[in-house]
Amino acid sequence: MSIRTAGRGLSPPGLLFAMLGAAALALPFMTLSPNRIVSGQGVAAWAVAAPGIALPGLAAVLAGLVLGLAAAYPKLRLAGALAGLAGLLWLLSQGAAALLDGAGEYARVSPAAGFWCLGLVLMLQVADAMATLRPGPGLRALLLAAFLAVLAAILWSGLLSDLSVMVEYASRARAFRDATLRHLGLAFGSLAAAGVIGFPLGILCHRQATLRGATLPVLSFLQTIPSLAMFGLMIPILGWVGATFPAARAVGIAGIGFAPAFLALVLYSLLPVVANTVAGLASTPPAALEAARGMGMTAGQRLWQVELPLGLPVILAGLRIVLVQNVGLAVIAGLIGGGGYGTFVFQGLNQTATDLILLGALPTVLLALVAAIVMDILVELARRTPETTP
Amino acid sequence: MKWGAILRLVLVLLLLALVLRPGWFTPVFAPLAPAGGPVIYQRSSLLSLSLSHLGLVAAASGAATLIAVTLAVLVTRPAGTAFRPLSRTITNMGQTFPPVAVLALAVPALGFGAGPTLVALFLYGLLPIFENAMTALSTLPPATIEAARGIGLNRWQRLTRVELPLAFPVILAGIRLSVVIALGTATIGSTVAARTLGEVIIAGLLTNNTAFVLQGGLIVGLFAVLIYDALSQLESRVSRRLGR
Repeated sequence: MSIRTAGRGLSPPGLLFAMLGAAALALPFMTLSPNRIVSGQGVAAWAVAAPGIALPGLAAVLAGLVLGLAAAYPKLRLAGALAGLAGLLWLLSQGAAALLDGAGEYARVSPAAGFWCLGLVLMLQVADAMATLRPGPGLRALLLAAFLAVLAAILWSGLLSDLSVMVEYASRARAFRDATLRHLGLAFGSLAAAGVIGFPLGILCHRQATLRGATLPVLSFLQTIPSLAMFGLMIPILGWVGATFPAARAVGIAGIGFAPAFLALVLYSLLPVVANTVAGLASTPPAALEAARGMGMTAGQRLWQVELPLGLPVILAGLRIVLVQNVGLAVIAGLIGGGGYGTFVFQGLNQTATDLILLGALPTVLLALVAAIVMDILVELARRTPETTP
Repeated sequence: MKWGAILRLVLVLLLLALVLRPGWFTPVFAPLAPAGGPVIYQRSSLLSLSLSHLGLVAAASGAATLIAVTLAVLVTRPAGTAFRPLSRTITNMGQTFPPVAVLALAVPALGFGAGPTLVALFLYGLLPIFENAMTALSTLPPATIEAARGIGLNRWQRLTRVELPLAFPVILAGIRLSVVIALGTATIGSTVAARTLGEVIIAGLLTNNTAFVLQGGLIVGLFAVLIYDALSQLESRVSRRLGR
């Protein structure tokens, strides 16, 4: 690209990011509070540590925002955003140690509005650069793996262990692990159950228009019921089942706990699974079906060898909706004793302990994002296969 | 079709009775209440909770519609093209944020009460409306736009008389999605001290009173189903008129 085009190209989103980033720098970057409940005092980004320590971090953040202006060089914008994020991390870890020094035994430091806003702006810069670069599914998977590895390394290294949310984690490491397992169990277990019920139902609905006309509206009405109401309505129903059938009680079906949360999630999952199975099967080109029939395939063979493989991307897209939705909805299980990250969120809300809320909310958001990205990659791979295989 | 109308009427009457005359349902809910405990929620009137709940949703969805459609219009003009890939990424990734997490994360920033709920409902409500409006405005038939230009309409007239009316049914579908999510998220808003119908369910969960849980759950569920249905009806009526 010539120098003239590069010179004239200030990226408009980059300009927006730079302005928002500059404004975010004026917000308090971290807060220092005497204990975990009391709200703290804001500290500006340049004051979190001695100038010699804070300056490199600030410089990296500013340089990252400036690099984001280069319209013609998305790779440069990406590199800038990563440098900026590294700068934020440096300020956070060094600032936490410096602020806690001599602040008292129960003192807590947390990232504040300035950090979150800058982090968001730089993440948006990453997203904008990626949207221009359009990496293929393989590269995206690699980048995601690298990101998770870096995140794990940062958490493992103890670089951030001075932060209040990590202190909360340290005192609940066991409960956190249980909550993670329970959350994953709820999200993936209900996905599996919805698949076992939903795929056959979807195939039947595809074959019979009357069944389809009766099933899909019911499922979509189920989907509109607010989550808290749905979880709540499961309580009397399963409570009655548990009280009436000793066998059901023996396997742990009761009014509160895992069972009602699981059932509510399955009910929510049925619509995307069934509707996308129907849509996926219906998307088979008539010519392909005609050809399959001409080759003498039976109905079963047509289903397994033609319709399902061709409909796979749409069916997978339905599973993406379910997985992302269930990771989020499983938080509500915390309210009815079903466990998962919701336990921390609602405990935190009750105690007005911000860091406890974060301990539940941040992993949920991360899990939902990772699930969405992984499923997007799978959908894209499924879409490619029929074209590349001979 | 006829059965649908009857069912709708029955559900509306059931909802009205549940909200306005909760006392009628005492015999139904009594077996679920703990022995000697209250059967019908009386800490505040169900009508005022309903109005406050719907008010929150209406305010947030109204503001979200206004902002989201404006943003979609800006992004689909030639000057806004540079923001299009970014806005698509934001809507894609933003909608993976669980509504509950958005609500919980609004609390540290804004404190307890109706404020964080309103902000969470607004922010989350933006995405489906923006996504639909952007898709609708950027996939209008070029021939129609060309014809509008041909008969001498200027940009503003083209937008208000041709593009927005044509995009309206799709935008409406986005609003419906957004309102349904807002109704659900507002229910959870009662855990951060917003006055909504979720209060009844939460009170039931805290005191092990399944009668409250069922009562609140039925009311919220009926509201959601009926509002969703009304918006779907409006949507099909609008697209039928456009198709004619």
